Amino acid sequence: MKNLSYIELLLNLLPQVALVVTAFAALAVDFVVLRRSDPATRFRVLGWLTALGLVAAGVMLFVQFGQVQAHGTYVGPLRTLVLDPLTVFFQIVIVVVTIITVFISMAYPFTTHVSEYYAVLLFGALGMNFLVASEELIAIFVSLELLSVCLYILTAFHKGMLRSAEGGLKYFLFGAVSSAFMMFGLAWTYGLTGDTTLAGIGKAATELAMTGLHGNGAMLGVALLFTLVGFGFKIAVAPFHQWAPDAYEGSPTPATAFIATGSKIASFFILVKALFIGFDGAQGSASWGAFNSGWIAVAATLAAVTLVVGNTAAIVQRNVKRLLAYSAIAHAGYILTGLVAANALGAASVFFYIIVYAFTNLGAFGIVAALSARVGGDDFKDFAGIYKRAPRLTFLMLLFVLSLAGIPPLGGFFGKFYLFTAALSADPKNLGLLWLVTLGIAMSAVSLYYYLILLKTMYVTEPAELAANPAADRIVAPWFLNFALLVSLAVVLWTGLAPQQLLGWIELFLKSLPS
Amino acid sequence: MSLDWTIYLSFLGSGLILCQPREQRDRIRWIALAFGAAGLALALGAWWSYNAAVPELEQAVKNAKDPIAAAFRIVCDVPWIPSVKANYFLAYDGINLPLVVLNGFICVTGILFSWNIEHRTKEFFAFFPLIGGVYGVFLAMDLFLLFVFYEIAIIPKYFIIAIWGSTRKEYGAMKLVLYSFVGSAAALVGIIALYVKAGGPAGAAGFNLLALKDAAFTPEFQTWCFPLVFVGFAVLAGMWPFHTWAPTGHVAAPTAASMLLAGVVMKLGAYGCLRAGIMLMPAGAKAWAGVIAVIAVINIIYGAMVALVQKDFKFVIGYSSVSHMGFVLLGLVTLNTIGLSGAMLQMFSHGIIAGLLFAVVGRMVYDRTHTRVLAELQGMRLYDIMPFAAVTFVLAGAASMGVPGFSGFVAELQVLVGTWRAFPWLAVACGFGILVTFAYTLQTILRAFYGERRTADEHHLREMPPISVPEKVAAVILISLTIIVGVYPNCLLNMINLSVNPLVSLLAK
Repeated sequence: MKNLSYIELLLNLLPQVALVVTAFAALAVDFVVLRRSDPATRFRVLGWLTALGLVAAGVMLFVQFGQVQAHGTYVGPLRTLVLDPLTVFFQIVIVVVTIITVFISMAYPFTTHVSEYYAVLLFGALGMNFLVASEELIAIFVSLELLSVCLYILTAFHKGMLRSAEGGLKYFLFGAVSSAFMMFGLAWTYGLTGDTTLAGIGKAATELAMTGLHGNGAMLGVALLFTLVGFGFKIAVAPFHQWAPDAYEGSPTPATAFIATGSKIASFFILVKALFIGFDGAQGSASWGAFNSGWIAVAATLAAVTLVVGNTAAIVQRNVKRLLAYSAIAHAGYILTGLVAANALGAASVFFYIIVYAFTNLGAFGIVAALSARVGGDDFKDFAGIYKRAPRLTFLMLLFVLSLAGIPPLGGFFGKFYLFTAALSADPKNLGLLWLVTLGIAMSAVSLYYYLILLKTMYVTEPAELAANPAADRIVAPWFLNFALLVSLAVVLWTGLAPQQLLGWIELFLKSLPS
Repeated sequence: MSLDWTIYLSFLGSGLILCQPREQRDRIRWIALAFGAAGLALALGAWWSYNAAVPELEQAVKNAKDPIAAAFRIVCDVPWIPSVKANYFLAYDGINLPLVVLNGFICVTGILFSWNIEHRTKEFFAFFPLIGGVYGVFLAMDLFLLFVFYEIAIIPKYFIIAIWGSTRKEYGAMKLVLYSFVGSAAALVGIIALYVKAGGPAGAAGFNLLALKDAAFTPEFQTWCFPLVFVGFAVLAGMWPFHTWAPTGHVAAPTAASMLLAGVVMKLGAYGCLRAGIMLMPAGAKAWAGVIAVIAVINIIYGAMVALVQKDFKFVIGYSSVSHMGFVLLGLVTLNTIGLSGAMLQMFSHGIIAGLLFAVVGRMVYDRTHTRVLAELQGMRLYDIMPFAAVTFVLAGAASMGVPGFSGFVAELQVLVGTWRAFPWLAVACGFGILVTFAYTLQTILRAFYGERRTADEHHLREMPPISVPEKVAAVILISLTIIVGVYPNCLLNMINLSVNPLVSLLAK
């Protein structure tokens, strides 16, 4: 190992340093300058400050992106920090997602602990940043914990709301147990392979897997299973999803948006890396009639269960955030379907879809935040006939929801299509994964039903009580929220109408990934 | 401007209408008409030049190595998503061009029939994406693109019906959309399987329909994949037992939308069956032809018999559509030239006739009498009050029954001859279906327009607004079309045969 240059490390971590500095700056400004201001103002001012810091981090990442492309991958000590074009690109995506979350928060002043809220948000983004950039077990675990702890706090941030506390506690308890599972799995992995870097594990695991279910091969199976269970909690796949609906419903809506999008991006990204690099040798198979133990078999089973549970449970929901929570669970199932392809096409499809999915959900939750702040709730009955009060926001919601349902020409359609194609292309001869693809497509037909129910509520159903003064009852989002929504919409349309651009980037970046 | 502008104009029209203030009804109407008419003009222009070129193309097809491709005129072909080899590939031949023209006519007449509606003028903006999607499906020769347009055409239907419809509109809309979406999901499984089998992203064919047809899928694969694709698309064509969305959907939809649904959207399904099902998987088509033919005959007879006992005027027409689409499906699976071209002609003919029938029921009768119950209409003797509507309906009914001189006769006769060659016994069964068609059509004409006046409320009846000029214009356009095609079917049959012939030789291989 070459000598570690701390200056070089610091230079490569500047964007993340900017996030930390911004968090402390927000705390300081709030305590020193804004003590006596009302929460709404503080939300605005500190929001702008946070956004500014995030933009600065984004610009630095952009510069770094250029450098990495020009001068090659930066590998930190023990591969704890690996900056290749793919990771930096995803760091940029995470920063953009966080900026949009901040804009949504500014339109939804729900607490008096404003600076703490933004600081926790930034620390969460920091965790995500590190998570996508590490290829080493301990670093992965620590960043995952940093991220998770921030999300627990954000979930319970709606002080005084029982549901928020309930959601936060549930999320924390489930999350803590899942971390224990994951830690256990990772410990076994280390014990078996004697290495903590993903590449090293991959090499050793390939040899171990050769021994089959006897001796150390079986122990590798245990390690893999526990790790996957741990990840399963983080990405909310059935049967490890129970925390999600309560956490989504209880969280303040901007925090829900952050949990549903940013954390999903980071977790899925690292899951792909861990499985594709670390457990490369222990793939197994999920082809119909040829199930073979390995992570593909586990992931395919989880995908199938998740697709069914998420989509069927969503049908009976009568709260918009809960509905979106189950839809998020279902989408984790679609993403896993692409993951089990276990090749470059599968990875590309997963990366493409999590970006589309994140921006679609950001848009949807942003609108829910804007609407529920005015109507005072997020049950279906609160949203009945809201079309008349907020025609533009409702129309945007229509587009986001249709993208979730996978209707062209929106991004969700091509994303899902690409996931299914990747899964089926893994074995073009026997079409081994046809059963899973068929299930996925069938379930996406089911999903259209509940999405249409939501849209029907907003467009067709008459509101319970007619507004006394329609003009005054108009719901208009502040311009920064509109801007955030339009950015999300632009991504959804761009990935739907001209998916080649993003797809080409992802394919290009994937080439730099060790496989 | 080439034919791809039919699609863009539809979406532009939709956007432009969306930007208009709600109160500007006249402006909205004229914008809608202008954009609809522009699409129709483009379609007619393409028809004219293609029709004139048929003799040359026949030569070209004879000499070509790939006769099916030789009949095509390419509108545009640019890479769209190179990573999965999906192209923006629009082209037309003798099979889809008549359907493009049909869509243009239904769009224009639909707007004319909705001209005098005072409220909800803005619904046109939702109507246009549907039109554009339909143009897109008919023109796309890239399977992925075709599917994208197919889905685009499905979703607006929900909102058109659920927001602006009547009679259990939410139920009807949801049922319609879910049926078509489940169908398209089945088709999508088949489409992805076809694509992957042909090589997927790495293969040369990609989604190009003309290349996929040469991909030589194994017979075993075709045997299980064909029913997925065919039935998936056929759901939208009203195939029994998946037809139940059609009557409820048609009844719930506002007039222009039910014209479009029965006139064009059902044809989308049948067209998909032909292009993605039969053309790509001939061996599968042969294996399943018998089964589907029996189902198609059930469609014809069952649809007609159910229509016979309906009490609601619009339900009669809804079930008659199911019955007539049976002829399309039957013609498709005869897999011979005369049957296939009969199916194509029946698509055009039924599109026109169904459009006309729905216009009479929904716009002329229901919007004035506010009832569609045949027993009540019987007591009004509408012939005295709106003779124009009565005559229109009699003509449309005659065309629908297959009276010589109308397009329905030529089309159904061809299908029957084709069926006689492929499945003689089923042709006999069809004859029974046609008899029932006569029965319900005549019965409906009698009850709806020529009953005994019983209502004491003469005054109310006299107050009904007369049939307006736009309605008359639209009705005359549609009636003339069915007569023109009935008297001179070669205006369409020439080009249909040009493209169907090589397809049949592909099937014979």
